Amino acid sequence: MRAKHQRLTLAVLAIVAVVGAALLAMSALKDQAAYFYTPSDAVRDGVQPGRAVRLGGMVADRSIVRAADGVTIRFVVTDGAQTVPVRYTGIVPDLFKENSGVVAEGAFVPGGGFVATNILAKHDERYMPPQVAGEMHKSESIAPGKAGAT
Amino acid sequence: MIAEFGLAALWLAAALSVLQLALSAFGLTGGRDALMAPVRSVAVVQGALTMLAFAALIALFVRVDLSVALVAANDHSQKPLLYRFAGTWGNHEGSMLLWVAVLGLAGAAVALLERRLPERTLVATLGAQAFIAIGFFAFLLFASNPFARLDPAPAEGLGLNPLLQDPGLAFHPPTLYFGYVGLSVAFSFAVGALVTRDVGPVFARAMRPWVLGAWIFLTLGITAGSYWAYYELGWGGWWFWDPVENASLMPWLAATALLHSVTVLATRDGLRAWTIMLAVVAFSMSMVGTFLVRSGILTSVHAFAVDPTRGGFILALLAIYIGGALALFALRVGTVREGQRFDAVSREGALVANNLLLSAILGVVLIGTLYPLAVEGLTGGKLSVGPPYFNAAAGPLALILVAMMGAGPLVRWRRDDGVAVLKRMALPILIAVVAFAAVWLRAPGIGVLPLLGLTVAAGAAVASVAPLWKRKLWRTPLFTYGMVVAHLGIAVALAGMASEAAFTQETLVAARPGETHRVGPWALRFDGVEPIAGENWTAIEGTLTVRRGDDAGYVMRPQARAFSAPPTETSEAAIRTVLDGQLYVVLGKADEQGRWQLRLWWKPYVTLIWLGGGLVALGGLLSLVGRVLRERRSRLVEQYA
Repeated sequence: MRAKHQRLTLAVLAIVAVVGAALLAMSALKDQAAYFYTPSDAVRDGVQPGRAVRLGGMVADRSIVRAADGVTIRFVVTDGAQTVPVRYTGIVPDLFKENSGVVAEGAFVPGGGFVATNILAKHDERYMPPQVAGEMHKSESIAPGKAGAT
Repeated sequence: MIAEFGLAALWLAAALSVLQLALSAFGLTGGRDALMAPVRSVAVVQGALTMLAFAALIALFVRVDLSVALVAANDHSQKPLLYRFAGTWGNHEGSMLLWVAVLGLAGAAVALLERRLPERTLVATLGAQAFIAIGFFAFLLFASNPFARLDPAPAEGLGLNPLLQDPGLAFHPPTLYFGYVGLSVAFSFAVGALVTRDVGPVFARAMRPWVLGAWIFLTLGITAGSYWAYYELGWGGWWFWDPVENASLMPWLAATALLHSVTVLATRDGLRAWTIMLAVVAFSMSMVGTFLVRSGILTSVHAFAVDPTRGGFILALLAIYIGGALALFALRVGTVREGQRFDAVSREGALVANNLLLSAILGVVLIGTLYPLAVEGLTGGKLSVGPPYFNAAAGPLALILVAMMGAGPLVRWRRDDGVAVLKRMALPILIAVVAFAAVWLRAPGIGVLPLLGLTVAAGAAVASVAPLWKRKLWRTPLFTYGMVVAHLGIAVALAGMASEAAFTQETLVAARPGETHRVGPWALRFDGVEPIAGENWTAIEGTLTVRRGDDAGYVMRPQARAFSAPPTETSEAAIRTVLDGQLYVVLGKADEQGRWQLRLWWKPYVTLIWLGGGLVALGGLLSLVGRVLRERRSRLVEQYA
């Protein structure tokens, strides 16, 4: 390497590394960013099955059904206009209940159902995830009186 | 009285930091030594006053003085002493005061201890430190006053988030802040050296111990935070790629790069401009982290309040400091002379590769963390970027980096021969191949990343101790041991991560008392539940007798706790640590038939993750002590020569 150009070479290498990282990041983001859907969004846009997404809304009234194995539950997420049936195997958070806000992480399955791998329930107001907060406001305007005080 | 005393100390410290900046600025521009002379003392007094203000807030929290708004909002008289004490920084204002207190302490430490730098550069450094302090004093005094009174005082405080009521709170935030804010010293050194056009090996040798110190604290803070999240959240995971975790990882990546480039500058007088740039980037990442956590644009257990004015304030500070430093860099980079040159195959070349890879990982993490914010800001869409992205994008880069880490110390400074390096790498490469084959044969279904992770970890572990080969061990300098231990720690941690990802077994059941369930090699008999009470909580405690093979059995007691102030339920996992991993048990809810949900994990060698983190920090400590001792010795030699 010619001595005079070493600094330039290093600078070029650094730029290549950073641009490479940015391109890598962008291409990975296109595949992997988990978008947040309400049931209406999901029904309207049709989410590709198997893609990691978040589904947010209210747990519909009297929709929680517990399976015989004691650890699987089924419930319906609604935003007042549309509904999505959800299946989840695991321990639900303490604040998970009917007529209360929920964000389910997981993927849609062919046929329109949703399989959740993780459930986030409405926290007390100081620690509420922003998605849930936004969702609660939407739901309140749709179904006043049901959403609970937030 | 204590609150007013604390507030007065804070104002006084803020005024002194203005004085400190003015003295160093006018002293330097006018070349007047009389103005520069008192800068050191001013920095020490300023630091002491800030610490005093912080001590006052601690006193208010410990005594539960409810006439102070912050105490009323976060403290509770029924809380155990440890959490009244540590709760001081379990909220926005308190944690910002801790931030500023550490900043003051760091400035005072530089003023007291730093003897290597030319006086002008030191004064410029302390001036830069004061400039940072002014902004954060203003933020505290005008946007988040921790000492504001509440009239009338309520009868009882609101209490602390139970997730934070854990001994981890006493340790994790202060450690992390020492790391974050310690990097401000590196930043100020860089600014100081640019201002006085004094970038060179002397400056690098003076900066290195401070970078090392900050980096050790960051490493400890991240490791402790990871273990805390692991056992407290009860989700069985040790890293969630949560934006707040990333906020601590990004300064660590930058500081790691800085640590290596400052070594090139100190030993070989190369990479001058790059080292300055990294020092600016490292502290910028600390401030970006502070912004992400403290502005309320992210919400998690770490983000205490949503307040847009505060976010705007911190964003403005961020723009001033980072923008100012980059502008200074752009103006002065032409005056930084080019350092010594080196071949592509050389220790310097390896360290450049290390720096480029660390920067690339930093870029990937930064983009992934900020992307959701950018999307929300531009289109209003909400999305989250999680482990699938970070693992796919940062994982392969990290593997290459660890492989390079194994090879780097086996390459000679300035110029080396590629074939000779490969020969030195023969044994590590052989071990890596054997590990690959062994894992592949024993666990054919393993994922690509965990498989490569175990392979690279095995090779890098051997390679990292190879620098000690054929050396006289008692004459090897302490800082060489430091490097060996730190690199070994990285390999150990990587092995733990790969093992956890590949071999974790999970069982989720609804169990009746008396039933036995299995996970991995363990049999767990569920004996039943009973109610118990703690100092400020009640709980349902499950009892399980766990056996592996024919051993005597061991009792594990996971709890579902209910706190009264504020009313919250948390889950306390029961964890059994054995030599080859951890058994992790979470108690869920009861159903109508009297069955209890149990979530059981067997995580082979998961403990290596935090053991590795500890080794990395220990390696840093050995290096730091080694460097300081050698310097003291050479100074003594100079004195008596």
